[in-house]
Amino acid sequence: MNCPDPEGSFPDLPDLGRLDADGRPIGVLPDFARDPARLTELYRFMTRVRVFDRRACALQREGRIGTYPSCLGHEATHVGSAAALAPEDCLVPSYRECGAMLWRGVSMTDVLLYWAGDERGNRRGGALHDLPWCIPVGTQSLHAAGVAMAFRARGEQRGALTFIGDGATSQGAFYEALNVAGARQLPVVFVVVNNGWALSTSVSSQTAAKTLADKALAAGIPGSRVDGNDVIAVREAVGGAMVRARAGHGASLIEALVSSRMGDEHAVHRLDPLVRLRRYLRRLGAWDDVEETALSAECEHEVDGAVHTCFNLSPQPTDAMFDYLFASVPRHLERQKRRARRYGQIAES
Amino acid sequence: MIEAIRMALDWEMSRNRDVVILGQDAGATGGFFGATAGLQERFGSDRVQDTPLAEGMIVGLCVGMAAQGLRPVAEIPFMGFIFPALDQIVNHLSRMRARTQGRLCCPVVIRVPHGGGTGAPEHHSECMEALLAHISGIRVVCPSSPARAYGLLLASVRDPDPVIFLEPRRSYRSEREEISNDGRAAPLDACHLLRAGSDVTLVSWGAMIIETMKAAEILAAEEVSAEVVDLSSISPIDRETILKSVGKTGRLVVAHEAAANCGVGAEVAAIVAEESWGDLKAPVRRVTGYDTPVPLARLERSYIPSVARIVDAVRETIKAG
Repeated sequence: MNCPDPEGSFPDLPDLGRLDADGRPIGVLPDFARDPARLTELYRFMTRVRVFDRRACALQREGRIGTYPSCLGHEATHVGSAAALAPEDCLVPSYRECGAMLWRGVSMTDVLLYWAGDERGNRRGGALHDLPWCIPVGTQSLHAAGVAMAFRARGEQRGALTFIGDGATSQGAFYEALNVAGARQLPVVFVVVNNGWALSTSVSSQTAAKTLADKALAAGIPGSRVDGNDVIAVREAVGGAMVRARAGHGASLIEALVSSRMGDEHAVHRLDPLVRLRRYLRRLGAWDDVEETALSAECEHEVDGAVHTCFNLSPQPTDAMFDYLFASVPRHLERQKRRARRYGQIAES
Repeated sequence: MIEAIRMALDWEMSRNRDVVILGQDAGATGGFFGATAGLQERFGSDRVQDTPLAEGMIVGLCVGMAAQGLRPVAEIPFMGFIFPALDQIVNHLSRMRARTQGRLCCPVVIRVPHGGGTGAPEHHSECMEALLAHISGIRVVCPSSPARAYGLLLASVRDPDPVIFLEPRRSYRSEREEISNDGRAAPLDACHLLRAGSDVTLVSWGAMIIETMKAAEILAAEEVSAEVVDLSSISPIDRETILKSVGKTGRLVVAHEAAANCGVGAEVAAIVAEESWGDLKAPVRRVTGYDTPVPLARLERSYIPSVARIVDAVRETIKAG
């Protein structure tokens, strides 16, 4: 139970979830989960993320966009965490949390544009105080602590939420962030998303810690684990930690266990966050096939629109390299900007 | 080129038990680009190891291992991720020999992909050779062809001092040539004449050699004879070869993918200005990336100096005198 098995999947984690794999509640559900409308909203959103992710992966395979870090199987962790945020809280993502970013109001088009390598994807909408994508692993942990420090300095009851992959917990920046967040009782929540693998390296070869949540111990902050395939459990755990943070009681670490084997039949059956919640909603009579079909069509239609926009924008002027580097473009860059214009946008040679 | 790198590592590991490899995914999967493919199988997981994901840790470990007689070859998967390791490089790796007055040393090679042009995400396409060249006590090497990569990597691993080995990323798969796997090292601290000419000296390195050689072809059709020098050794710079060439041509154009500001091109220009002023018939020109971060994929090719930009710079230089 403590460590992922070498195949990268996790055994069922009934004690860490709120629904079992068949979608039956474990114990009494938290208040918000007793309202089917709120659960349906989470389900609809996770489906939206799933449909988007599937299309983005296909576009990557076709070579139409560049690298795209799939969030397949992470939907409950992304959506459950983001749903626990108040609008004025701050999301500090890594590069994988497209589900959380969509929840915060970033458009599918912007996500696609970014991964297609178009600077305009960063002119995103949504919560404008949220931080952008962060690729250098673990570095965002410190930004989240800094964001929390700003909230504290101004006496605001706001919290920061950041995501860290299991591999990134080997980075110095991660430990530094936990340490200072503990020492200063900062209003920040670290969600460590553990899928068992940092690329090809298993968690057990990254650390001898029994759980990644244990890494909170030395920082003097609470660390807990949650079944990351269970949106109710994630929403509840992150919600509690955010309340604690906003109230001035300090930082927390939550390790969300997700599966890296979502392509696998068995894993889909046991672990798929959508399947689990859908089973529960059906049992409640809050969801049926007609709604499912309509939702799929609606999501596909929305993704179609985003894909269309992404590939039909006018070509990006070379000015995009220069315009946002400084508040006002210095003279030497103005010169370079004019030179770049002269050569225009150069396609792959 | 990636195969040449793999062959050189294989050769040296077979013959020197002190050579060890460490990096993220360097072992079981054979490295991000396949440079260490099959090596863990052959040499075991003690000599070819997957490390936790922490670049500062990787280079710090190398310092300790090297100080006790091993010859670590570390892989940093992308240049944008080398920065957590800079503390170890600047403060320890580069000066262990000096700080111990020759008692200990760091025969370490840090392999890093260099440059863009592959449509990768942010932080995967940087050219930070100038930042590294500014650090005293390390060598910075950047091969332009598979054969050069093979020979220079062997020389780097055998060298008793630290070498940062920059591998032009867009050449990994595109640059192919037959090389003889004979274990012969190429000289460090030397640049290479790739094409003889009499009107202008073009200095470049790494993947930019591709555009520079194409530019030389185009110029030849206009009866401009360009001499192409592959810098190869970014630090230290082989001044003599460059000065000899400029002494012959009287004109210098440096092309590099990295940003212009305080780039290695400025160092080459300064060497010529200091030592060969009288030979120059025209002002030195640089053709470089812009002073911006490497843009996202859709503008990447507009950032990397194109053949047209190099040709134009040479034409202007010729026109100037």
